[in-house]
Amino acid sequence: MMTIQMLSIIGAVVGVVLGTIAPAIMEGRAVTAAMDGIARQPEAADSLSRTLFVGLAMIETMAIYCLLVSLMLLFANPFAR
Amino acid sequence: MNQSPLQTTILFYIGIVPITRTVATTWGLMAVLTVASWIATRRFRVDAGDWQVIIESVVAGIEEQIASLLGRDAAPFVPLLGTLFLFLVAANLSGTFPGVKAPTASIETPAALAAIVFFSVHYYGVRIQGLGGYLKGYLKPNPVMLPFNILSELTRTFSLAMRLFGNIMSGDLMGGILLALAGLIVPIPFMALGILIGLVQAYIFSVLATVFIGGGIGAIKK
Repeated sequence: MMTIQMLSIIGAVVGVVLGTIAPAIMEGRAVTAAMDGIARQPEAADSLSRTLFVGLAMIETMAIYCLLVSLMLLFANPFAR
Repeated sequence: MNQSPLQTTILFYIGIVPITRTVATTWGLMAVLTVASWIATRRFRVDAGDWQVIIESVVAGIEEQIASLLGRDAAPFVPLLGTLFLFLVAANLSGTFPGVKAPTASIETPAALAAIVFFSVHYYGVRIQGLGGYLKGYLKPNPVMLPFNILSELTRTFSLAMRLFGNIMSGDLMGGILLALAGLIVPIPFMALGILIGLVQAYIFSVLATVFIGGGIGAIKK
């Protein structure tokens, strides 16, 4: 019989693992595209890297949300009181 | 890990108001920043010395960044956004000092800063476009989008706070876990990464605040 605590730990691990895969792949793609753009047009490097940083932060937020959900499961779980 | 990263330590009470460690650190940072700016700007002259040139180039750099993002005169926005950036840099980097916990690593400070950004978007929007013009912005590109525009106001504020909190807190947490697992040397590269993340997140928070305000005043298409 699985307790709520065990299920929460499994849920947290699965959440972080699966939730970081997609953002990691997509961040890689974004950096690739930006590098491509900079290699083609070095004079656009300034505005490209600024947009890249903002975009990466947006993508990274998805992974951070997963981390937050896992932390809530571990530390602020409403069902495991 | 005895303490959850979602909790805060209460240091003492003033009356019935609990003063947490976060609030105390924020007051300390505010005092340091205020006194430092007062001392730095005390003896400004027309023929600038070395120190004055450094400060002026920092302020001019911030103004230039904001102007290039908004595509208009940045003067009304520099006090808010520049202070936000400098405070965030100080707050994110304060976590690297021994014994200090970065105020942005607990959820209250990012939430408060995001609320400031949320209200200033409306304030600048109404002041620059007028109330009618500002409200009309919610009906673009067509009136069907009205509920989504209102929803996006709320969710982007929430995600602004969560992004800063998550990044800084996860850096702290990672350092703590590595220190417990591997001792002295291993956490050092991660702390260096934490400094980089702190600077990047301060920049991103300010850029996003600028973009949101730019959307509010109609300078940037949403």
